[in-house]
Amino acid sequence: MGEAPHQPESLLEAVELTKRFGALVANDRVSLAIRAGETHALLGENGAGKSTLVKMMCGLLQADSGELLYEGTPIVFPDPASSRAKGVGVVFQHFALFDAMTVVENVALGLPGHQPLSVLAARIDDCVRRYGLAVEPYRRVGELSVGERQRVEIVRCLLGDPRVLILDEPTSVLTPDESENLFRTVDVLTGEGRAVLFISHKLDEVRRLCHRATVLRGGKFIAEVDPKRESSASLARLMVGAEVPRTPRVTTHALGEPRLLVRHLNLPGDGSRGSALHDINIEVRAGEIVGIAGVAGNGQTALFNVLSGETLVEDQESIVIDKVAAGGLGPTERRALGAGFVPEERLGHAAAPDMRLSDNVLLTTHGDGEIVTADVIRRTTLFGRFQKIVKGFDVRFGGKDPKARRLSGGNLQKFVIGREVLRNPVLIVVDQPTWGVDAAAAGFIRTTLRERAAQGCAVLVVSQDLDELLEFTDRIAVMSEGRLTAPVPVEETSREAIGLAMGGAHGAHDSDAEGEGHHAA
Amino acid sequence: MPLRLERQENISPLRHALAPLVALLVTLVVGAFMFVVLGHDPVRAFAIYFIDPLGDPYTLQELVVKAAPLLLIGVGLAFCYRANRWNIGAEGQYVAGAVLGSWLALATHGTEAGGWVLPAMLVLGAIGGALWGLIPAFLRVRFGSSEILTSLMLVYVAQLGLDYLVRGPWRDPQGFNFPQSVTFDDVALMPLLMGEGRLHAGIVIALLAVIVATFVLGRTLVGFSIELAGSAPRAAAFAGFDEKRVTYGVFAVSGALAGLAGIIEVAGPIGQLQPTISPGYGFTAIIAAMLGRLHPVGILIASLVLALTYIGGEAAQISMRLPFDVTRVFQGTLLIAILAADVLVRYRIRRVEGATHA
Repeated sequence: MGEAPHQPESLLEAVELTKRFGALVANDRVSLAIRAGETHALLGENGAGKSTLVKMMCGLLQADSGELLYEGTPIVFPDPASSRAKGVGVVFQHFALFDAMTVVENVALGLPGHQPLSVLAARIDDCVRRYGLAVEPYRRVGELSVGERQRVEIVRCLLGDPRVLILDEPTSVLTPDESENLFRTVDVLTGEGRAVLFISHKLDEVRRLCHRATVLRGGKFIAEVDPKRESSASLARLMVGAEVPRTPRVTTHALGEPRLLVRHLNLPGDGSRGSALHDINIEVRAGEIVGIAGVAGNGQTALFNVLSGETLVEDQESIVIDKVAAGGLGPTERRALGAGFVPEERLGHAAAPDMRLSDNVLLTTHGDGEIVTADVIRRTTLFGRFQKIVKGFDVRFGGKDPKARRLSGGNLQKFVIGREVLRNPVLIVVDQPTWGVDAAAAGFIRTTLRERAAQGCAVLVVSQDLDELLEFTDRIAVMSEGRLTAPVPVEETSREAIGLAMGGAHGAHDSDAEGEGHHAA
Repeated sequence: MPLRLERQENISPLRHALAPLVALLVTLVVGAFMFVVLGHDPVRAFAIYFIDPLGDPYTLQELVVKAAPLLLIGVGLAFCYRANRWNIGAEGQYVAGAVLGSWLALATHGTEAGGWVLPAMLVLGAIGGALWGLIPAFLRVRFGSSEILTSLMLVYVAQLGLDYLVRGPWRDPQGFNFPQSVTFDDVALMPLLMGEGRLHAGIVIALLAVIVATFVLGRTLVGFSIELAGSAPRAAAFAGFDEKRVTYGVFAVSGALAGLAGIIEVAGPIGQLQPTISPGYGFTAIIAAMLGRLHPVGILIASLVLALTYIGGEAAQISMRLPFDVTRVFQGTLLIAILAADVLVRYRIRRVEGATHA
């Protein structure tokens, strides 16, 4: 590769950027050139240094060494405002929108100077028509789906007329249908001579959409390739540095008793999106893995909290854990019934960021009678369990017993999963088991859950990663707008069928999906 | 030039431990500056404030007597602050405890009541403080009101209530119209530790509180749940710890210890109820808790340091004619310095170079 002549001038170029965080070298002399009219992919596993590179390119972080070139001349972005002024727009994975305000108000907040909202709304409509981004200026952001919110962020960026648009893992929150629409928008943008930096770890879409791809691994530049000439497998090899193992699916064992039975589960919610649940029914039996697919913000978090006991429901019978009605039981009581829970958010929910890792063991084990007896914490037993988790689940970190915050996402996730598995639960409910986890750790986690199921544990997995669910679950149900479809055996369904159900009422033509309430300005 | 605070990921335990010492040093520098401005020789002032009291057996006793209430209250506050509940109203809980405990002393005054009176007074004092502390806890749990404001405002309610009682119904009829209650009977007074002198049994209670609190906070599930609720509320809910119970619990403990300190002070060094029964112990204890890193043993040391400012302040009033407010300034400076030191340990100040806004 690399012998390609420098046809189009690069718009924004990173030259040998290096960034250290303490002992960790997040970016080690990484170079990347974004050219006008091109979609450039930035590929890499979690922790490969993609976010650090992007933050340096837009002024959120300052490089320790190396330089940025803008149209061939060196430039320094001391803060994001200065990069925006030069036409570099970023849409981050985590949106910065105010739920209580309308789309146009949110957009107004992000733009310099003052403009009447009506003028702005007209500009938004303009933008929407030109790029096929379905956004209604006067709707409240709190009512929007994640896909719609992303479009708001993109529109907000586009109103600044950027020459370079950076999209950080944009499709991770989209249905297949919404992703298609986004790709069309990206094509229009590059057609106008803008440059798009597309960050992703989904190889198929990178191969379809992007003209060039830069691969990072462990903070280092690995290669710049033409993704159209690569196979998904060869890209994966570049990303991971080894062959990617697939989780074997072996469901030869017989299924046992239902460990989780959810019947007519309803939750009123607080009016914000995804907080209400409507008539949820699902059964998970010993020995099987049931997956719940769906786009973020469709009630998965509410469902998890209801299952874990963080939110209680009035109907005691609507949740039955191992034959005991548990709707009104708290998390500790549900754990006593043999349930284990792994929430989506690792820091702050599954683990206390500023507490030592060994103390974090206590979060879910304090009621098991072994580590805490008569309200007194037995330190040696606790530390023994801690080391068992660390060894058994290959949790890596620096130091002897660091704060949870200091661990990488993958290692913390292995810790959190290990903490539950070693409790020997009869039921495990996992929300996003491999979100933001590198491929090796993700494979390990899936294999572990598979093994537990083979040993008679019932496993319920909530995930937005459809490929993951298709790979290692036995049955899949789809969540949309707080409702859950009946689970279907994996071999009887298809990507397309699930994608369709995931889209449910949203997509490009969704304006009439939830009738009331969006006239309020 | 714009400055920005940046969070530091790697904080060495040493820096964290040294922060209080740096804060003390800064306080001394600021104090020296203040003495110079007031026209005093700072070396002599410091000698009177901090050195002379340490050489005299009587003042050393007094030091311990003054440290005891700070210690009791500070240990209680550690429960609250670890749970990220900001009880600023220990002074009010102190008064409430003193009032409820004193009620029994006054009710049994002049009767043949036996040795049960003092223990019962201590229990009532703890209950009174706990109840007063549970009011802001209830308001926070039920209505989401800021416990910082409500607990602080309740201080003034308690103080005015006490004022009313000692000027009205509880005033000593033979007291020449002074606003104070009768002097408590012997059965209602804290026994002295060494027959004479100033050391009283309340000091033993305070030390017991340190031992128990060290164990509860460090070794039990209750202590862990408090720490977790303060450090990561959602993780605490996930772990199955009820946020409301933690709020009520820490306010009850902290109020009870403050109330206990109040009744010990009234039944000990003071011996009767009067309009002012505290030189601001409830507020100074906040500094003791912060300076002691919210650890009971640390608070023990911090209480002694702060008690020294009280003693030195009294000495300086006499020999240098410095107003008592100088002591307050010292204590306030110390609190600001310790809070600033904490921020500077966790964050680093960076200068943001010439921002170019379009």
